[in-house]
Amino acid sequence: MVRALAILTLFLIASMAVGLSVGSQHIDPASLFRDSFSRTLFFRLRLPRVLLGSIVGSSLALTGGALQALFRNPLADPYTLGVSGGGALGASIAIALGWSSRVAGIPLVFAASFAGAMVAVSLVRTIARTGAVVLPGALLLSGVAVNLIAAAGVLTIEYLTDPSSALRILRWLIGSLDIVGLQPIGRMLWVLAPAWLALLALSRQLNLIAIDEDTAATLGVNVRRCEAIVHTLCALIVGVTVSAGGAIGFVGLIVPHAVRMMFGEDLRIVLPGSLLLGAAFLILADALARTVLPSGELPVGAITGLAGGPVFLWLLRRRQQYAAM
Amino acid sequence: MPDWFEAQHLDYSYANGPLVVRDVSLASTPGTMTAVIGANGSGKSTLIRMLAGLLRPRAGKILLEGILFEDWQPRRRAREIAYVPQSTAAAFPFHAIDMVLSGRTPHTLRFRFESVADVEKAREALETAGAAHLAGRSFTSLSGGERQMVILARALAQEPRLLLLDEPSSSLDLKHRAALIRALAGLSEKKNLSVIMITHDLQLTGAFDRILALRCGEMAAAGTPDEVLRDDVLRDIYSDPDVHARRIGDQTLVWVDL
Repeated sequence: MVRALAILTLFLIASMAVGLSVGSQHIDPASLFRDSFSRTLFFRLRLPRVLLGSIVGSSLALTGGALQALFRNPLADPYTLGVSGGGALGASIAIALGWSSRVAGIPLVFAASFAGAMVAVSLVRTIARTGAVVLPGALLLSGVAVNLIAAAGVLTIEYLTDPSSALRILRWLIGSLDIVGLQPIGRMLWVLAPAWLALLALSRQLNLIAIDEDTAATLGVNVRRCEAIVHTLCALIVGVTVSAGGAIGFVGLIVPHAVRMMFGEDLRIVLPGSLLLGAAFLILADALARTVLPSGELPVGAITGLAGGPVFLWLLRRRQQYAAM
Repeated sequence: MPDWFEAQHLDYSYANGPLVVRDVSLASTPGTMTAVIGANGSGKSTLIRMLAGLLRPRAGKILLEGILFEDWQPRRRAREIAYVPQSTAAAFPFHAIDMVLSGRTPHTLRFRFESVADVEKAREALETAGAAHLAGRSFTSLSGGERQMVILARALAQEPRLLLLDEPSSSLDLKHRAALIRALAGLSEKKNLSVIMITHDLQLTGAFDRILALRCGEMAAAGTPDEVLRDDVLRDIYSDPDVHARRIGDQTLVWVDL
């Protein structure tokens, strides 16, 4: 456990170094002390971007690992289950109504995105569950349906709203980590850090549920309560990340499986491991997105999608082999 | 002295359907083995799932040490009662030893990993279940019978005082069936383990102290094997006039005319 987390922490630090050093403008570490332009570039643009990448990556990977365990389905992730889609629809509505609205001090985009994610996860769960069994096919298909509905909803809003809002929605939807300044990151962490910790605290219960729901119940886990808490936490985390970075796909699918392959199935290692590796993964994906084109940059969502789609198909194939036995 | 584990007048219905278990009572004292028999759909699994705390009875109550089931803290109750389901599906390739180790959960601190002593107990449990050779295998690669042995080991690692089993022998071969019953009888005698087990294999029930028979959710018969494994009683339980039971030595042979 300690060894696993130490290795992943070192990898995360290395990824951060890579993420901070690459970009359209080369920044020499020494110039940070002399040159105010470099300093501005570094502290207002590059550092926030790397930090946002790590927060979003951690969040998606952690929720992916938790949802896979909760639904006992290796193909579950915020993206495939439509949770991100639901969040995106909620956020789009908020954007169309005006970015800056706040209700009781909470930005409307956050709140709407959380509500959308919550509706999506509840919907998918209700459809896929019969008694103590979550039907794997129904789970993923209802995820697909929720995604389609959400996408149609977003499209409708883009069509109806004024052109500048529509453009903002479009740019944000592709998934981008482009932000200015450290302030928004601090605000996100206020919500995310407690939610991460709460989810990590449920690792053991989730580990037992991943084995079997009835087993978990007879070992003293209150499955219904645990499920409700995990749903809410995942919707909250995804809601916040989606409203900040758009719907970045497949991070929650790839990362937990990578941790499993390296360190085994125990969720008590997979979840904290995913938190660390998810951050590293998205930082590197974003570094790639920023540098792969000779001029301009690719949306990071495109990179994770290109990497994640094949992984999804491979997992699907492997699962059919289990099922055949 | 009240019975240590007691179910009184249990009723159960799924959603708003008809009662699938009606007015069933049973009791178990430490060190006794009870078999639950009955035709398919007679409510056996529903009954045992209520006893395991997985379903809440519509009416009636379950008492453990005289205390209502709902009043037990789930973790404390998990140290008393373990449950072996009919089959366990596996979505992730957990190692068999890790599955067994999960049985130690009610005994370990919440934010601690299992200790070396826990691993030792898990290995012992695998040994008792006759599955020591499966420890390093991935659960998804095991056959139905092998999975059943691993799940039994997990329940044993839980060190319960009452073990509930839902047709554990159905996917086991002849040799492993006998080994299972011997293991359970040994634990019952040496460690005072109580066993309540559903089975279709009436030959095995001769080794039990008591048999409870269900028919259409109601108690059709209850008593010692000698009292229940008789032509007239069995014909009534299975609603089939061609069932026969014969005593051969200390075994009872049950068959149906084809």
